[in-house]
Amino acid sequence: MAMTMTQKIMADHAGLESVKAGDLIEAKLDLVLGNDVTTPVAIDVFRNAGFTKVFDNEKIAIVLDHYTPCKDIKSAQLCKKARDFANEQNITNFFDVGCVGIEHALLPEKGLVGPGDMIIGADSHTCTYGALGAFSTGVGSTDMAAGMAAGENWFKVPEAIKITLKGSLKPYVTGKDVILHLIGLIGVDGALYKSMEFTGEGVASLSMDDRFTIANMAIEAGGKNGIFPVDEKTLEYCKDRFTRPVKAYEADADAVYEREVVIDLDTLEPTVSLPHLPSNTKTAAEVKGMKIDQAVIGSCTNGRISDMRAAAQILKGRKVADGVRCIVIPATQDVYMQCIEEGLTKIFIEAGCAVSTPTCGPCLGGHMGCMCEGERAVATTNRNFVGRMGHTASEVILASPYVAAASAVAGCIALPEDL
Amino acid sequence: MARGTVFKYGDNVDTDVIIPARYLNNPAEEELAKHCMEDIDADFVKKVQPGDIMIGGFNFGCGSSREHAPLSIRAAGASCVIAKSFARIFYRNAINIGFPILECPEACDKINAGDTVSVDFSTGVITDETTGEQFQAAAFPPFIENIIANGGLLSYLKARL
Ligand code: SF4
Repeated sequence: MAMTMTQKIMADHAGLESVKAGDLIEAKLDLVLGNDVTTPVAIDVFRNAGFTKVFDNEKIAIVLDHYTPCKDIKSAQLCKKARDFANEQNITNFFDVGCVGIEHALLPEKGLVGPGDMIIGADSHTCTYGALGAFSTGVGSTDMAAGMAAGENWFKVPEAIKITLKGSLKPYVTGKDVILHLIGLIGVDGALYKSMEFTGEGVASLSMDDRFTIANMAIEAGGKNGIFPVDEKTLEYCKDRFTRPVKAYEADADAVYEREVVIDLDTLEPTVSLPHLPSNTKTAAEVKGMKIDQAVIGSCTNGRISDMRAAAQILKGRKVADGVRCIVIPATQDVYMQCIEEGLTKIFIEAGCAVSTPTCGPCLGGHMGCMCEGERAVATTNRNFVGRMGHTASEVILASPYVAAASAVAGCIALPEDL
Repeated sequence: MARGTVFKYGDNVDTDVIIPARYLNNPAEEELAKHCMEDIDADFVKKVQPGDIMIGGFNFGCGSSREHAPLSIRAAGASCVIAKSFARIFYRNAINIGFPILECPEACDKINAGDTVSVDFSTGVITDETTGEQFQAAAFPPFIENIIANGGLLSYLKARL
């Protein structure tokens, strides 16, 4: 029976010769992830069920990234609970303030996830690691608890959508524009329960950071996972990081897909998602001039070094517009350090940006940039739901770092060439 | 069995409106219950009675993986959610905590807000007592039924390990 890439990874981890869409399987996990919001709930579930020991203290990652450095007493209590558990269980991959980064930027960077892995994380954007050719998917806290207890979990084998990429991107067009365009095309439930398998000659032209951004937002199309083939760039990225053996799975030539979507990268323009759904896309050119109060450049979608470089390229020698707050958040300590070494931090500060230690912060309306009623942000984050960055009467427009930075300078949605 | 009044919402009800992130710093169920749905329906927690039924459209529960979402709906008093389709993480979370959810597009189209509805979980039959109409929801596969019958994922695991 021909299988997709996702199905092959699932079959191997379930100890089966083959699987097909719709099968319910129980599969072994290579890593189980949780953060400061979801881990405390998982700890209660784990303990209430009578478990006392995690299945493997090296295969669990706990990342305190959402409300840290703690925004209030309650979040400090949540972090303490996660920290105490990590100590008690001797969790080796525990990341606290000072070494923490946003989980989905951090785990690949630390080499904790890699090609062929089967990963669950109690965070919906766990699908990010599909960029490396892993099966990884977001789950809830009970799933995390089950994963911590047993090192395995249940899955329904998904059907797949084949997304064929052709050509290569024009200047100032990025992975963010690819995924926003795709979500606009298929809708926020266009890939519901399905795996999104990226393929085609266009893949080779995309940087790893572009692929992370694309896989990150598979969930915004309802996808169970988004996955890229393993190629030279993947192997180069994994070198000196990922220490386990690389397993590069390939879809069978005759694998069955529910449908195919072809995207010609050459034709894509900088794209934005207007409030309040990621699928509400327009080209940035179409909505030029929409006033903004805030620009946020960061998150697990676009907080990597190439995103910082893109933003700095635009902000260099320019000033953030009067009346606009521009908040730049490198996603990890390594990215932060690189920003300093490359002089990007200086560019940001000279332009009038606030630069922060890694945190999810404003992305989920947690802290570090919540908005009040009537305010509008352009953000490189991944969700623009009602109330996502603060008040329910505030708005978020999703965009690439180029567009977000250009808009911060212009004071309204703008393209780099407008400046 | 469940029986109650229907609260009806549209497509793509996301977990940020089911329980906004500003309340996630306190996962106690009674706290979550106080703020359930407040960003799209501030009246929900004031009006909901134990047993009441929530109806959504397509892609119910999309967005963040927060298990706080089904927990808050249950803690607020709702007995189940009927939707045209569920976002997959919400679907898993509900099953894993043993909170009943049903997929039935027809019921979602035809049942009105405020109707009295009863649901037989064993058969998947949904009855709109106000209009007298009946609908059949899709049945769970046996594997998932087994998880629910065991009282959720962790008890199922415990029984197996
Ligand atoms: S940056 Fe935003 S989307 Fe990413 S993990 Fe943090 S809160 Fe979630």
